[in-house]
Amino acid sequence: MQMTGAKILLECLLEQGVDTVFGYPGGTILNVYDEIYNYGDKIKHYLTAHEQGAAHAADGYARSTGKVGVCFATSGPGCTNLTTGIATAYMDSSPVVFITCNVNENLLGKDAFQEVDITGITMPITKCNYMVRDVKKLADIVREAFAIARSGRPGPVLIDIVKNVTAEKTDFVSLPREEHASHGRLGALIRRASHDLKAPEPDLGDVEKLVEMIKNSKKPLLVCGGGVVRSRAHKEFLELAERIDSPVAITVMGGGGFRGRSPLTTGIIGMHGSQASNMACDACDLLIAVGCRFSDRVALEPQSFAKQAQIVQIDIDRAEINKNVEVDHHIIGDAKRVLQLINERVEPQTHEAWKDYVFSFKTETEYDTCSHENTLTPKQISDTVASICPEDTVVATDVGQHQMWVIQHFHYDYPGQLLTSGGFGTMGFGLGAAIGAKVGNPDKTVIHITGDGCFRMNCHELCTEQFYNLPVITIVYNNGTLGMVRQWQTLTYNGHYSQTTLDRGPDFVKLAEAYGLGGKRVHTVPELEAALKEALSCGHGYVIDCAVEIDEMVRPMVPVGGKITQFLVD
Amino acid sequence: MDTVRRQSLSVLVDNESGVLSQVSRMFSRKGYNIESLAVGTTDNPAVSRITIEVMANDQQTNLLCNQLRKLLPVHSVKLLDLEKSIRRELILLKVHTASNDACNRAIQIANIFRASIIDVSTTTLTIAVIGDAQKTEAIIDLVKEFGVLELVRTGMVALERGADTIYEATKEKGEFDYGKNVL
Repeated sequence: MQMTGAKILLECLLEQGVDTVFGYPGGTILNVYDEIYNYGDKIKHYLTAHEQGAAHAADGYARSTGKVGVCFATSGPGCTNLTTGIATAYMDSSPVVFITCNVNENLLGKDAFQEVDITGITMPITKCNYMVRDVKKLADIVREAFAIARSGRPGPVLIDIVKNVTAEKTDFVSLPREEHASHGRLGALIRRASHDLKAPEPDLGDVEKLVEMIKNSKKPLLVCGGGVVRSRAHKEFLELAERIDSPVAITVMGGGGFRGRSPLTTGIIGMHGSQASNMACDACDLLIAVGCRFSDRVALEPQSFAKQAQIVQIDIDRAEINKNVEVDHHIIGDAKRVLQLINERVEPQTHEAWKDYVFSFKTETEYDTCSHENTLTPKQISDTVASICPEDTVVATDVGQHQMWVIQHFHYDYPGQLLTSGGFGTMGFGLGAAIGAKVGNPDKTVIHITGDGCFRMNCHELCTEQFYNLPVITIVYNNGTLGMVRQWQTLTYNGHYSQTTLDRGPDFVKLAEAYGLGGKRVHTVPELEAALKEALSCGHGYVIDCAVEIDEMVRPMVPVGGKITQFLVD
Repeated sequence: MDTVRRQSLSVLVDNESGVLSQVSRMFSRKGYNIESLAVGTTDNPAVSRITIEVMANDQQTNLLCNQLRKLLPVHSVKLLDLEKSIRRELILLKVHTASNDACNRAIQIANIFRASIIDVSTTTLTIAVIGDAQKTEAIIDLVKEFGVLELVRTGMVALERGADTIYEATKEKGEFDYGKNVL
């Protein structure tokens, strides 16, 4: 049937089962938005306040549901506004398809109004990107883009379509998703020797070797990375940990990959890792990292990282093997499948003495509460939130001290429960991500944990929350400073608080009210409890502005490039 | 293992716009300077072969190869063993020949190197020479005394000696024996 490019695009989204998209219209993408108008009953479009918010929302939607997120933007500033969101998704391997339009073919390269080379700009922050200049190739490219975004190590893909293609007509025949891999470009790509959509079946010899290593290990440590979350391998991971009775350290991206309340968890590992995690890492004789790339925030000093241990890396992306830390053994494959194969083969073990040693160190830092009369400690906030909100509450964070506190003190039980920008460290990620998560999980409570610095960056998305009636609860750790930077300035820059003190507006409660949402400023635990209860029952978005001491620090802390056990602060 | 040395990578890619930029960008992104680059289509016009030389140690080179293999337009990457490969480069040299004597000597040098004189004017000679790095550097050194007006090189192209080809399945573990690269 003859259809315009814009209509083909939307038909392709339906083929993929997409019913939710985020975005922001503009001149070059008008034809697509005209079809979005016609497809309103099948595809729900969420209009954000800013393209960055739309990008984070699509990302948050993808992370929390495991589906591919979709985000639209126009040419020029529309798509450059996406870039921070694209990079955030790329660093954390989140599957999002970004669709932008560019100027007419005849204007390409003429520096036309709102023209920019977005495929060039996004080359290093996408798995791949496409520029569509021929309407006959559009359907094929969209099918390939979705397949690539979700397969293997997931990640963002960008499709840039020149405006005239969205208006031109060609024949379109709908194709069920299962058949995409055997048709067109995608089919050709897979028939070629080098690539496949399916993860490779793990090498059994490699698995046997690891099983043997586990058998010989007296002091094993498992590290749960973001790959466990992406692969939804939490059950298999828990089974392995319990079977071999091994302590489990969790990376920031691994939150939700291992049951946070399990007696085997040692807390997070790395720069702000718990004493138990970091000491275990230093003393273990076998470290098995699943879906973890040993970033500089985990393996701060690669040479001394787990120096007494044989290090084993399990990853779907072979380019990660030996990238940051040299490993003794590796298995390539999907975390879920690899863990299944190990679980089928490994003998149950007990490691009482080793666990006694590891858990003689603290898995969580205690905070002094008595010196605070009119402020809350980070631990008090997370404990109160944990005690009042449902156990399966989805938590989206921004970046900085509050992020570390809420990852350290809140327990995550399933993949997609914690949404945080661990790789790119994007301030302003949280609110958009929370909105996306709430859209994808309307029955779950979604809270957005932020600091006063981060919240100020993208708080305009409160209007999205209000308009679509998405009751997200924002909890601001308001310490009047860019806390993480101030912490470094305190510890390593002689207390020169250069441009980090935020002694300025706005009043977040009034801001929330201006957007038609509820808000409350709280200083004590009972006040916080009351505000949370109101937020949970009011049925609309709510901002709770928590007073936190300006000099509260994230503890423990290991300096950049330091040995993992050299705590700068305990 | 840790010594930084010249590494030669042969890369088969889709012959499409933007692919070279994707490949070369991988090197700059990871902090490497491309020492030599040669690109052209293969016997299959839809496929191009890129020969890239970089200075890196063995481990860094393996990581680079793995990163390259992830790019969709990349069909295969072969790290060439320099000892077992033939490397050739074409150089065009425009030499200043002020006198008859200089002209004669330049022609002699070219003959010794089996280079060809491909253009001549009253005051210049243009020499084309094909060879490995050793040979080309040697002739450049020798004609310097006349004054080199211009020099251009194609970049090294390389093939493995013997029957081995880039299409063969003799791949290192961790490359293809796990199956294909997952997209």
